[in-house]
Amino acid sequence: MFTGLFQIYKRELASYFSQLTAYALIVVFLLLSLGFCFSFGHFMEVGDASLEYSFFRWLPWFFMFLVPAVGMRLWSDEYRTGTIELLGTMPVATIAIILGKFLAALSVWSVALVLTFPVWILVNYLGDPDNVLILSSYLGALLVCATFLAVTSLVSAFTRDQVVCLVVSVFFCAVMTLAGYEPVLRSVNSLLPEWAGEVLASATVDEHYRSAVRGHIRWHDLFWFLSMTAACLYGTSIVLNAKRS
Amino acid sequence: MIEVTHLTKEFGHKKAVNNISFTVEKGEVLGFLGPNGAGKSTTMRMITGFIPPSSGEIKVCGYSLLEEPEKAKSCIGYLPESAPLYPEMTVYGFLSFCANMRGLRGGQKKQAIEKVIETCFLQKVVYQGIDTLSKGYQHRTCLAQALIHDPEVLILDEPTDGLDPNQKHEVRKLIRQLGEEKSILFSTHILEEVEAACHRAVIVDLGDIVEDGTPEALREKSGDDSLQTLFRKVTTTEVA
Repeated sequence: MFTGLFQIYKRELASYFSQLTAYALIVVFLLLSLGFCFSFGHFMEVGDASLEYSFFRWLPWFFMFLVPAVGMRLWSDEYRTGTIELLGTMPVATIAIILGKFLAALSVWSVALVLTFPVWILVNYLGDPDNVLILSSYLGALLVCATFLAVTSLVSAFTRDQVVCLVVSVFFCAVMTLAGYEPVLRSVNSLLPEWAGEVLASATVDEHYRSAVRGHIRWHDLFWFLSMTAACLYGTSIVLNAKRS
Repeated sequence: MIEVTHLTKEFGHKKAVNNISFTVEKGEVLGFLGPNGAGKSTTMRMITGFIPPSSGEIKVCGYSLLEEPEKAKSCIGYLPESAPLYPEMTVYGFLSFCANMRGLRGGQKKQAIEKVIETCFLQKVVYQGIDTLSKGYQHRTCLAQALIHDPEVLILDEPTDGLDPNQKHEVRKLIRQLGEEKSILFSTHILEEVEAACHRAVIVDLGDIVEDGTPEALREKSGDDSLQTLFRKVTTTEVA
C-alpha cells in the first residue's frame, strides 16, 4: 500500500529545495515570527520564559496564509503539467502519493520551525525556561501546520487554479484560527444560530494549540489534530479518484 | 497480452467509448486510428489504469486491471499524449525517480537508465534541466520513462506528435524494433505511420471500432489502395 511513498517524498522534498519555494517560505516565516516576537510580542519586556505570549501565540496567524501558499501547488501543479497521469499509471496507491507529498511539505515546515532556534537559545541564556514546555509548544505548532496543510491539500485536489486554491484555503485556515477568539465567537453567536457557533468553535485549532503551548497537550487534542489531518487527506484521495472517473 | 472486452466509458450522458473489444498479442504493434475526440486517449487511459471504465474488462499480461491494478500497471509502459515531465528535474534525476517508482534499485537501476538513454538518444542532455530541453528531447525523455522497466506492454499516445521528420523516423523505427518482443498499442493521426510501423490497425470513431485489419487489408477495402480514403469513408467529419 505504501510502495513508492518514500520515492515521492524524496522527489517532492528535492523539488522544494531546488526551487525558491522552500527558501522564500523559510525566510519570510523567520522574519515574521522572530520580528513579531521582538516587536508586538514584547519579548524583552514581558520576561516570559515559556515563549507562550511573545512567540508561540502568533504562529497560527502566520500559518493560516503561509501554509496554503506552499500547499497550493500540491495537486494543481500535477494537473497543470499532466504528471498526475504518470503518477496515476505507476504501480503505487493514490494514498501513498498523497502521503509522500504531504510529508515532504510538512518536512519543509519542520525545517522552518527548527530554524527559529535562536529564540530558544536566547530564552535559555536569559532565564530558566521549562524546555519540555517549549518542545510541547513546537509540537503543537507542527500539528497546526499539518492540519492546515491537509486542508490545503483537499482544496488543491478540487481545483487546477492555484489562486482559487490559495484564496479558499486561506479562508478555511483563517476561520479555523479566528474562530477560537472570544470577540469573533461573540459576534458570530449574535449573528448566527447557536448550533452554527458550536460547529465553528469545534473546528478551531486555537483551543487544542493553546493546551499544547501551556504544556498539557491532552490525548483528545492530539486526536483532534490527527483526525482532522487524516480526514482531509482521505478526502483528498476521494476527490482525486472521483476526478479521474 | 492486452485483452479489452466490452469496454465502455461514459462522461455524464456522453459515451466516450462504446462497448469496444480488441486484443494485442505479444510481438504485435496495433495502430489506433481515429479523428480527434474518437475516444482513443480515453481508451488508452483506461488500459493504463488512470481512469476506471464505466463497464467492461481489461486484462494486461493476464492480470485484471480492476482486480490487481498494481500488478497489471507494473507490466505497462505509458507515454501520455502531452508527454508530461517535472520541469525542475534533470533528465537523469527524472529517469532515476521513475526507475525507483518501478522498483528498480542499485546496479539494475543504473543499467536500466543507461539503456534507455541510449535507446532514446538522450546522451547529450543527461544532466540538463528538463525545462531547458527542446520539445523533441522532452518527448523522448518521456518515452524513456515508459521504457525504463522494460515493460511487456507499451501504450503510446501519439508518440511522434511534435517531432521533426528525422525524429519521427527514429521513433517509428524504435516502435518497429520494440514491437518484435512486446505488445504495443499506439495512437496516431498520421496514416503513413500505420503502414510504417503497425502489424494491425483499428479505426475508431465516436467511441466505436469501425475497422480492424492489417494495413494491407484496410487499403484493399478502401477501393483505391489508400488508407486515407478508407479513413474518410468510415469516420465522421466534423467541420467547425
